[in-house]
Amino acid sequence: MENIVPLFVIVPLTAVFLMLIIGRFVRGFSKVLSVFLFAFLVALSLFYIFRGDHISQVYQVGGWKDSGNIPIAIYLLLDPLNVFVLFIINLMALFSTIYSVNYITRYTGENYYYTLFGIMIAGLNGVVIAGDLFNLYVFLEITVIASYALVAFGTAREELEASFKYQVLGGIATTLILFSIGMIYWYTKTLNMPDISRILETSEDLKLVQFCQLMLIAGFGLKAAIMPFHGWLPDAHSSAPAPVSAMLSGVVIKAAGLYVIFRLFFNMFQLTYEISVLITAIGTLSMVVGVFLAIGQWDLKRLLAYHSISQMGYVIIGAGMGMMILSVNGNKLIASLAITGGLFHMVNHAVFKGLLFLNAGAVEYRLGTRDLNKMGGLYEKMPFTSSSSLSASLAISGIPPFNGFFSKLLIIIAAVQAKYYVLATLAVIVSIITLASFMKFQRYAFYNHKSHHGNIKEVPFLMVFSMVSMAVLCLALSLLLIPEIRNFILQPAVDILMGRNEYLINLLNQ
Amino acid sequence: MIVFILCFILFLVGLFGVLTSRNIIKIVIGLSFMEFSVFLFLALIGYVDNGQIPIVSGEATSRVYVDPLPQAMVLTAIVIGLATNAMLLAVAIRIYKKFRTFDIRKITSLKG
Repeated sequence: MENIVPLFVIVPLTAVFLMLIIGRFVRGFSKVLSVFLFAFLVALSLFYIFRGDHISQVYQVGGWKDSGNIPIAIYLLLDPLNVFVLFIINLMALFSTIYSVNYITRYTGENYYYTLFGIMIAGLNGVVIAGDLFNLYVFLEITVIASYALVAFGTAREELEASFKYQVLGGIATTLILFSIGMIYWYTKTLNMPDISRILETSEDLKLVQFCQLMLIAGFGLKAAIMPFHGWLPDAHSSAPAPVSAMLSGVVIKAAGLYVIFRLFFNMFQLTYEISVLITAIGTLSMVVGVFLAIGQWDLKRLLAYHSISQMGYVIIGAGMGMMILSVNGNKLIASLAITGGLFHMVNHAVFKGLLFLNAGAVEYRLGTRDLNKMGGLYEKMPFTSSSSLSASLAISGIPPFNGFFSKLLIIIAAVQAKYYVLATLAVIVSIITLASFMKFQRYAFYNHKSHHGNIKEVPFLMVFSMVSMAVLCLALSLLLIPEIRNFILQPAVDILMGRNEYLINLLNQ
Repeated sequence: MIVFILCFILFLVGLFGVLTSRNIIKIVIGLSFMEFSVFLFLALIGYVDNGQIPIVSGEATSRVYVDPLPQAMVLTAIVIGLATNAMLLAVAIRIYKKFRTFDIRKITSLKG
């Protein structure tokens, strides 16, 4: 096949259609199909990465050619940055689905679960490959509507309340995003992202553009749950079924929130110093406040959810420092280092936070509680769960040789080199508090004397399989930092974010 | 200009409803107000003074047409808004069945 770009959306949508119809009559059809679906999508993104020529691919929907310089068709595009994000989305989806095969038997309506899950992934893939603002909005809505339903999947009191809260805040975010897309269209008369960025290059009216930027930060910030907009996250992520929490915390807040912010602000808008400072400031705020909110939690999944806010802060300050340096024409190497750290931490966080939520789900699967006080002594009973969660906890608190250490190190080195000493100090302090709070989690859940009764045994094989593979991945991702591998995978993605002009040239000259 | 201001007032009415009402159905209604004000805004930015319906037929291409793209966007956005509202109301009904109330002050099983 010549152009693989649309397959990322078409294949999952076709699959969920089949699941809804055939899965109703054939038992077990949906789970088998979902596993094959996500394995196929992972293979597809690996195929693009290992083709190795780092050329952006554009697919023009409907085959409408550009007339003159004006793009007419809807653009779907694939470049080293978003293929990297696509790979991590689909890999996490694969492991979560394998985990779900056993886990989701606690709920009724398995078929609908896999269908909604597939729709969510189709929407996320669409958000990542969209090259057009309005389609980005449409795919975003597909994702969030599926995730509203998945949060409420248990239909108990807590799930419904969390889902309602999530929907009201998500609705406000959507309104803000749609409004600012309308404003941008009004100003530039186009929706195509490369075309908009070309028009904004020569624009005079900075006030209006800044207004749109603020609205977009508020809208996508609500989706990404960065600090002033974080209210829905702990409820929604702790109430959802465990594989869904792993997807929401690991992937959805990144792909639907942060990835879009980075794409729009690096590649579409002109970088301005004020906006970069604002983004870095909210990143710092969520990094610091998130961890302090997390440390007092006794509900396991709620603790993990607050840590997501804090770790998102690291990703944002990594990229935000890059923005600040680039906007004042500072040292490009330091900017590149900071952005590399941010992107690397984004991927690492997807893996270890996904794994931690799966561990929490495994504990809940056997014990039926999420309260840390009622656990304890699980180390002997559940060796695989315990050791995989230990490796994820070490990774999130930044202990070498796990992946979290290297990404935090990159961010801190970049902050020191760029002379943002306060940021570097805060990053180190937050990392130490994270370690403290995960020591609490390890101690109360796995090592303390036991405070529960009954015969607890290890979770079924498929759950163990996905947890252990992700724990291995936690170690293996550190290899991304070896120079050859970094130049092959991570560096092209960073170059796309840094090189605004190359983004344009690649897309408009095809 | 006056229509834009009215549109913005509609948005504020919706926001006020979301922020101040205690009944979850009223919150849903407030959200719909906000959505529809944005749809109205999108329809307005496509408007051109004395514009014709944008159907180009034959040789009469010198006429002024309104911008059809925002109209297509509004249609898509309305469909999405319908799905969002249906989802919200479905959850609201389930909440009523569980809690036996629509008052958000009494729906507080999540804290911290």
